[in-house]
Amino acid sequence: MASGYEPWDEARGAEIIAEHTGLEGATLVILHALQEAFGYVPEPAIPMVAQALNLSRAEVHGVFTFYHDFRKRPAGRHVLKLCRAEACQAAGGDALAARAEAKLGISLGNTTADDRVTLEPIYCLGLCATAPSAMLDGRVVGRLDETRIDALVAEAQR
Amino acid sequence: MTTRIFIPRDAGAVAVGADDVALAFEQIAAKRGIAVELVRTGSRGLYWLEPMVELATPQGRIAYGPVSAADVPALLDAMAGNGQHALRLGVTHEIPWLKRQTRLTFVRCGVIDPRSVDDYRAHGGYRGLERALALTSDQILADVTTSGLRGRGGAGFPTGIKWKTVAQTNADRKYIVCNADEGDSGTFADRMIMEGDPFVVIEGMTIAGITVGATKGYIYIRSEYPHAVEAMNAAIAGARRAGLLGKRIGGSAHEFDLEVRVGAGAYVCGEETSLLESLEGRRGIVRAKPPLPAHKGLFGRPSVINNVLSFAAIPFILDNGAKAYADFGMGRSRGTMPIQLAGNIRYGGLFETAFGVTLGDLVDDIGGGTFTGRPVRAVQVGGPLGAYFPRALFDTPFDYEAFAARDGLIGHGGVVVFDDRVDMAKQARFAMEFCAVESCGKCTPCRIGSTRGVETIDKIINGERVKENLAVVEDLCNTMKFGSLCALGGFTPYPVMSALKHFREDFGGDLGPAPATLQAAE
Repeated sequence: MASGYEPWDEARGAEIIAEHTGLEGATLVILHALQEAFGYVPEPAIPMVAQALNLSRAEVHGVFTFYHDFRKRPAGRHVLKLCRAEACQAAGGDALAARAEAKLGISLGNTTADDRVTLEPIYCLGLCATAPSAMLDGRVVGRLDETRIDALVAEAQR
Repeated sequence: MTTRIFIPRDAGAVAVGADDVALAFEQIAAKRGIAVELVRTGSRGLYWLEPMVELATPQGRIAYGPVSAADVPALLDAMAGNGQHALRLGVTHEIPWLKRQTRLTFVRCGVIDPRSVDDYRAHGGYRGLERALALTSDQILADVTTSGLRGRGGAGFPTGIKWKTVAQTNADRKYIVCNADEGDSGTFADRMIMEGDPFVVIEGMTIAGITVGATKGYIYIRSEYPHAVEAMNAAIAGARRAGLLGKRIGGSAHEFDLEVRVGAGAYVCGEETSLLESLEGRRGIVRAKPPLPAHKGLFGRPSVINNVLSFAAIPFILDNGAKAYADFGMGRSRGTMPIQLAGNIRYGGLFETAFGVTLGDLVDDIGGGTFTGRPVRAVQVGGPLGAYFPRALFDTPFDYEAFAARDGLIGHGGVVVFDDRVDMAKQARFAMEFCAVESCGKCTPCRIGSTRGVETIDKIINGERVKENLAVVEDLCNTMKFGSLCALGGFTPYPVMSALKHFREDFGGDLGPAPATLQAAE
């Protein structure tokens, strides 16, 4: 995934910001667009967004840090999100999360030392009738069991 | 002759292999030279049977499931022959689990092609808008009010009254906002309808727009739902092409257009004022009310903000009349509720039915108990802010007031089943932890109370001064319940207090009976 992102470039960042400045309440839209292009929201982009929207830098920084989705540094090559909410807990998700953590040697919220895999918790993918569920680089997977979580982890490590 | 095959593109079906099955049908049919038309629908909501494939026959659609890609060659043989196969489930709408439902809102979900406005119209779509365009604003408001529809997001506020307030408030601009930030674990009805029948949401919002005099609407969808975002965007583009969004909708003098906005992983943005802040491009910090969003909502303008399911119920009401909707239900809970059965459950999925069905029927009879086969011990109803119910309360009917009377809530209609291995002290801790992580930070009871709650429950779990610490947790819960600004801090006590009250044995030692503060309203 991450390999598909562009390296940070100020001119390109300005272009992305300019595409959306005409929208009502554009801050989240712009932050999403920046992250989609670069894989994270590079710090130099924050004052640029602020200037384009006539906001203070602190205000944009505040928005950026409020939401769980926005990254301040690139994620690993693959992002594996495990649902940690109640429906998945009821279906045995806790044990599977612990298993994934053990296999990858990292705890949830971290990236492996080789930058291959970022393992993250997610609070509900809306796949609660086919729990436990996960998302690997945008692909949803349900009815996880030990075999499937192992396969997902192996796929993420490739 | 072309064989028409229906395969869901619903995320829940895709998560268990629906895309692989569709690909296998395409490839194998091509190899065999069979003309196959694949229609990617939403899900019927029978998730234990997903991926469920349907074949169009003169007798109606025949369902097969759960299908894997490896089953496809034999299935194509069966479809070309007498139709018999081990996975054959019979005529889809005759499947008992589907047949015993009352599908008013979800009538087309899983049936039609969600990308096709023509298919939507062929199945009764846009008749509600057509009728609404012939009515006055007051007449539409009367219909919505008489239907008894209450907000399906969880608060249960009468939709007609909300709309009327916006209609009667003068402003240069007004907005329609659809809350599709379905963050509650155990709920997926918004996702299903947006993926399976997005036009019904668009139609409901359009009717709201012409009723209150708003020309612009936003659908705020959580980022965890990329399939729903894609489906809604495609449907909005389709509705624009068909002249059903934009200027002069349906040839009338009315103008209305829609835009999808994507959330960014904050649970609190499902709270309506926090959602409005987020839509305006700010941190999702809850606003104090008043002013109500109906008076000062999005960008300070009068705004209708409703849940996806509330908007999706509107076309039926306008098409079939308020009475047809209000005839279903019990007490002050009129119409149907799309209930979501989830977690450790044998027959999980979407069960739309009139209010009044008991929790026990939902869990044991319709849900078939746990998929692990172990006894059901606890059921959380209404998401992370909903109470845990023990078997002793399974006679509670699904009704806003009946659940409130038992210190619970139906919320957005999610039912999460746990078996006898659940540790309720751990679940109570999780409720506090979730609140601490997701708190917007504006009010103290929620921000500090949840963190203190985690610390104190940890002490209880570790056996430190259990009785004294339980009293602290109970006191914290009361402070949060009565002192928080919104439902996040205000309702987190529900799962915690219900766990303490009904599953006291999980908190260690002989604690004696629950104190009077936990005995209310029984």
